[in-house]
Amino acid sequence: MSSHTYDYLDGNAAAGELSKIFAMDVTAAKGQCAHCGATKRFAEAHLYMLGPGVVARCAVCEHVLLRLVNVRQRVFLDVRGMTYLSLDAAQLEASSDLDA
Amino acid sequence: MGIISRGFSGRHGATDLKLPPGQHLTTDFPVLSAGPTPHVSLDRWEFRIDDGTDVLRRWDWKSFRELPTENITIDLHCVTRWSKLGTSWEGVSLDTMLADVKTDASYALVRSYGDYTTNLPLNDLMNKQAWIAFQFDGKDLAPEHGGPARFLVPHLYLWKSAKWVRGITLMHHDRPGFWESLGYHNCGDPWREQRYSGDE
Amino acid sequence: MWRVGTVVALHDETATARTITLKVSDWTGHLAGQHVDVRLTASDGYSAVRSYSIASAPNSETRIELTVERLRDGEVSPYLTQELAVGDRLELRGPIGGWFVWRTQQTEPIQLVAGGSGIVPLMAMIRSRVSACSAASFRLLYSVREPGAVLYRDELEALSDHDHSVSVTYAYTRVAPKDWPRPPGRIDAALIANTTWPSNLAPTCYVCGPTSFVETATGLLSASGNSSDKIRTERFGPTGDRQ
Repeated sequence: MSSHTYDYLDGNAAAGELSKIFAMDVTAAKGQCAHCGATKRFAEAHLYMLGPGVVARCAVCEHVLLRLVNVRQRVFLDVRGMTYLSLDAAQLEASSDLDA
Repeated sequence: MGIISRGFSGRHGATDLKLPPGQHLTTDFPVLSAGPTPHVSLDRWEFRIDDGTDVLRRWDWKSFRELPTENITIDLHCVTRWSKLGTSWEGVSLDTMLADVKTDASYALVRSYGDYTTNLPLNDLMNKQAWIAFQFDGKDLAPEHGGPARFLVPHLYLWKSAKWVRGITLMHHDRPGFWESLGYHNCGDPWREQRYSGDE
Repeated sequence: MWRVGTVVALHDETATARTITLKVSDWTGHLAGQHVDVRLTASDGYSAVRSYSIASAPNSETRIELTVERLRDGEVSPYLTQELAVGDRLELRGPIGGWFVWRTQQTEPIQLVAGGSGIVPLMAMIRSRVSACSAASFRLLYSVREPGAVLYRDELEALSDHDHSVSVTYAYTRVAPKDWPRPPGRIDAALIANTTWPSNLAPTCYVCGPTSFVETATGLLSASGNSSDKIRTERFGPTGDRQ
């Protein structure tokens, strides 16, 4: 039943949309799939963004991790598909290589 | 509104008067999906109508294809603002499929392979308003457009016309589907521009 | 959230690709591999947003370069590659993405794999390595349609032949130069085995290109022993919106 047409992007591609909501970059965070328990970077999720909203799916089991819909001046976000997100605060502080 | 981009008009041309508000004409057939395209083999395909507890009707591909079919020409209106006019399909009317179903339910939740769902009042599926289509433009329906079989409910936005359908659950109480539960309108009439929850 | 960049230079890289240099006065710096979202707005309020990788290395000036490949039937890329003029202003969101990045602190061998204009964020990594005087060993496998479609050819040649900053292998998919040792075709296991870092050196791999290319390349890298958590990918999608 799995697809042989490659119609998705990486979770990376949602970084802009998610930056509207989160102060930290979520795509570098690790997230656990609430369905199969796989823990991967959000950037590795399979992203479907051509439809009515953004849908991120687990790269292992294809269950929905996150859904995001822009409704005029409101954003709807569903993250039921993840048991948690773990963010690397130290890495996020080094947000630029300018001073490296 | 941000800075106007000098000389940029986007892909859309002038709005056609025959189109619902906010829609633009397209001649190609965009493929929009919320997940991987399921590849369902015909010998494993089935369609069920249930009431949440019991299966009321069930078809395999062979018995489904023995049902009387209709050829229809309809306009498609996608909530992402494209419309495609005069598309030709062959399918089975939901009137045919619901004919022997005795129910006092008022709502339907349409289910797909790949776990997509969309909800409609049962009235919107009857009286020559909805079909399960298996041919587009005289050819078997391609998987990316919903094959082997998809819903067509042309009087509503296209997200209500679920691809890869596998069944209907009849309900006494309405239950929002995949997009209806996240900000999209419960009804989705393009002529009233019911895009989002809260729209009139 | 949306910044404004002013176009200060335009440079045609190939017949279909153009590099846009933007001055963004409130730019706070970026990491090699990050992208920006570009928003165009028509006079009737219609707007379109697309993502483009940053091609330039992080620098102390508030300038960034984007290289944009023109897509047939594209909505935004024809505007950016044909209409846009020096002095025009563009709305930008970014820099964004914290995963598909190379940091100058990284010392492990780096394997870059580009399909078509997937070279753009990888070029930012190569340029970043140069400007930071990093000693990390870089290899680039660059799959491209034909010789005329190669981006940054002269710069890559200088960096590989003279500086030895990066070792470059071209793989042509449609048309190869005369006497090219490998017939045109998609990347395969032999090419991966012969030109990329051996997996026992535990390179970090960055793969960027159209979705089908990334799928093929990551499959081959995994099959040759690279662990999947060492492979980072950036897909353009089937319609190649970012190509």
